[in-house]
Amino acid sequence: MRPATSTVESLTLQIDGKDISCRSGETILQVARDNNIDIPTLCFLEGLTVWGGCRLCMVEIAGSPKLHAACATTCAEGMVVSTASPRLKEYRKMIVEMLFAERNHVCAVCVSNGHCELQNMAVKLEIDHVRFPYRFPHLEVDNSHDAMRLDQNRCILCVRCVRVCGEIEGAHTKDVKGRGVLAAIIHDLDQPWGESETCTACGKCVNVCPTGALTHRGTAVGEMTKKAQFLPYLTLMREAKS
Amino acid sequence: MTSSTTRPTVATVWLDGCSGCHMSLMDLDERLITLAGLVDILHSPVVDPKEFPQSVDLTLVEGAVSSEEDLHKARTIRAHSKYVIAMGDCAVTGNVPAMRNYWDRSELFDRAYVENAQEPASPEERKALLPLVVVPPLRPHATPLHEVIKVDVFLPGCPPPADAIWFVLTELLAGRVPNAMSVSRFGK
Amino acid sequence: MKPEELISMMEKARADSSAFEHEIRVCTESGCMSLQSDTLLKALGDEVKTRGMTDKICVKGVGCMGLCCNGPLVQADTAMYQFAKPEHASAIVQGLSTQPVAELLCNTQQPFFTRQKLVVRENSGHVDPESLVDCIAHGAYQALLKALTTMTPHQVIQEISDSGLRGRGGAGFPTGLKWATVSKAGGSDKYVICNGDEGDPGAFMDRSVMEGDPHRVLEGMAIAAYAVGAENGVIYVRAEYPLAVKRLTKAINLARRHELIGHNIFGTKFSFNVELRLGAGAFVCGEETALIASVEGKRGVPRPRPPYPANSGLFGCPTLINNVETYANVAPIINKGAAWFAQIGTEKSKGTKIFALTGTVKNCGLIEVAMGMPLREIIYDIAGGVPNGKAFKAVQTGGPSGGCIPAELLDITVDYESLAKAGSIMGSGGMIVMDETSNMVDVARFFMEFCMTESCGKCVPCRVGTYEMHQLLNRICEKRGTPEDLQLLKDLCGMVKQTSLCGLGQSAPNPVLSTLRYFEHEYLDLVNQTQAAHADQSPAATGEHIELEVLP
Repeated sequence: MRPATSTVESLTLQIDGKDISCRSGETILQVARDNNIDIPTLCFLEGLTVWGGCRLCMVEIAGSPKLHAACATTCAEGMVVSTASPRLKEYRKMIVEMLFAERNHVCAVCVSNGHCELQNMAVKLEIDHVRFPYRFPHLEVDNSHDAMRLDQNRCILCVRCVRVCGEIEGAHTKDVKGRGVLAAIIHDLDQPWGESETCTACGKCVNVCPTGALTHRGTAVGEMTKKAQFLPYLTLMREAKS
Repeated sequence: MTSSTTRPTVATVWLDGCSGCHMSLMDLDERLITLAGLVDILHSPVVDPKEFPQSVDLTLVEGAVSSEEDLHKARTIRAHSKYVIAMGDCAVTGNVPAMRNYWDRSELFDRAYVENAQEPASPEERKALLPLVVVPPLRPHATPLHEVIKVDVFLPGCPPPADAIWFVLTELLAGRVPNAMSVSRFGK
Repeated sequence: MKPEELISMMEKARADSSAFEHEIRVCTESGCMSLQSDTLLKALGDEVKTRGMTDKICVKGVGCMGLCCNGPLVQADTAMYQFAKPEHASAIVQGLSTQPVAELLCNTQQPFFTRQKLVVRENSGHVDPESLVDCIAHGAYQALLKALTTMTPHQVIQEISDSGLRGRGGAGFPTGLKWATVSKAGGSDKYVICNGDEGDPGAFMDRSVMEGDPHRVLEGMAIAAYAVGAENGVIYVRAEYPLAVKRLTKAINLARRHELIGHNIFGTKFSFNVELRLGAGAFVCGEETALIASVEGKRGVPRPRPPYPANSGLFGCPTLINNVETYANVAPIINKGAAWFAQIGTEKSKGTKIFALTGTVKNCGLIEVAMGMPLREIIYDIAGGVPNGKAFKAVQTGGPSGGCIPAELLDITVDYESLAKAGSIMGSGGMIVMDETSNMVDVARFFMEFCMTESCGKCVPCRVGTYEMHQLLNRICEKRGTPEDLQLLKDLCGMVKQTSLCGLGQSAPNPVLSTLRYFEHEYLDLVNQTQAAHADQSPAATGEHIELEVLP
């Protein structure tokens, strides 16, 4: 959703040595992707508000000592952006390794095996093992809903489900409880999903979930595929209406 | 099996795993014959020797480190091998054997040896049911191999496809460090 | 209230108080209250009543006098008493007309008192924080009157800019610049927020200001609101400060009743309203965007900046957020002028700073000193050095976001730049002194545990990184760490610092980095002990053995 400014200027900037022009207000991530420059993300999803939580899209901007999240940084005239320096690649690897170490992502027995954004990210970033000690937390699987299931073991807290539920479906059934590594997705006032009075069972959360945390029931290992294509369509239609 | 001094030596070890990785190794099929022509296999579950050899060039390790015996084996392997390859998700990540880590061992033992096997028992009877002697004691957590010893090459997969095992072996034998993520992934 | 009413109220209050022959002031802030200073206050009042001297002796509860470790502190005319207990009430009252109680006397000529420079705390220990009249007698709301009646908002901002005041919450951003940004931001609704979510271990400066002189905070906020063009203010205080909440609530109610906040203050067009919001005990809500989310009724997590709150803050409106101590500096600057303020401190760090002295020092408590004082003077002269014949080892400034400063750097001055150069930060003003018995790896582990439990969980580097760093520090402390673990710890520090979303995560590695910088040998010693232990034994016997006793 781009801000409806009356003065849309054209900007030029450089990303990874490539000269690019874009409109003011566009984020580095949008512009990079429009120009076939791949910046990895996990929490970002076109059509939902920017969250800035996974920190995989961190990029370097010449002249700035800090790193910047490409999803949340708008382009500026003359900006020189670097998206794939050795340092950034190393940080991304560490971040994804930490996600694997945080909860119990046992790919071999996961319904999303082979269709998982976290798993694919490990391949993309060439992560063949996790350097950090695994936490092995004891986490619950919420099986109380008729059609869907929340497996906390697979959750990476990208909160795409929370955002789609609040922003697109308008139900705000899902939210987050707790802090730090103890944070977790909940329904309503931390009730079993099946007892939620606000859930409309629309299933959008399942389809935007990047991993096997939210799935349809009755799927076996590797059977769960997600279809998030509805989201850009819905937002486009809404923008056209308003 | 005799070993010439010039041929590289290979060992394979099976810790806490399902043997699937070794099955995948067997799936090399006729390439096993090629392999036998290239290296000497000194030690393997399929050979069934009791002692780990003094010196091995490449050791493929399947399975997580789950018991005290696994730990002992892992350290012996490290001390006697030039290259240690963590073969498969159990050795690389802990995988299915590590799914027991979410509970205390006492809860696990109760579930496995008392609740699932026996009518409700008195505390004395319960203790008698638990396998606390002779078998190697379980460690608090089943862990990936690299949490207890240094690992040189990681080959994820559950199991890693035979082609991936072949790729890693032939690359190593050619003197190159393979990138296993080009041929396999977690859970493959 | 009209301007002349404020003046007459002040004059009457001053006349009333000078009618007393004697004055007894008892500290009633959290520290002394926990040592029953409230009972002491009541005992003193009863004693005066029994003697029929209520018209001659004024007894009142006041804010902090600084030397908290010797509390409860009592000021009876010129005598200061320490360790005063309710049973001393009679002797203290008696002492007013005879000799002071010798065994309770506290030496006010010691450097702890004489080396301080009081600006923010000038009235702390003198005014009754629950009495608006008493505060007005000591000059409260004079600066607001001056600003509203004689200065334009632009002039107020110019005055603050000229004074060189910088944010006292930690980062030291120039306050005038911040005000100017909010002032320039468009939109009719603007907010000013006071950040009273002080949560660093060992820090209680802001609590003391709120408990001891709450009207000074309100006045500062009102002046700020006038300067930036806001009509609404929010004070965000953590619920763990019940006394501060009580005193602020009372102060707001009294100020409202006397129309010192509300509509058309002093008959001008300026209106200002203040609300109090309580935090539910999350350290991260000290971060401005998380604080705003919390005030809005949402989960207290930070969001990426820009947009900065100055442009889009509370409910999307331009919002000015300053720390308690920053607001408390505003009234003196307006009263006495930017030039007066700017001559205190160093070239780039103007004014004074309050520090909470804790740890292994003789004098624990609150001090306010001019910026630029050498750290050595604070530790050895004001704080009285390390007790029990132990040697000083390091001082942690800036709490879990800061770093330690070792003995060899004690001659650096305390200001934003030199602390940053030494690898620490000014922070909000905590100073934890450690002696030679402290293990610096353990210190780093303590602060990492704090950051780990306070991480909100939004971004991965902070959420999992603090956990993993804590795990690695545990291993190293317990002599199970390897050189590889130490390297991984260093790598994690860099990554978490660079990639975390907000200040909590970005600064969480600081205690590790600074202890590594000055005390790396302590890490290496522990790691080498692991190596040695492993070399001595067969590989299979190197710890991590199953304990069969844990089984039922």
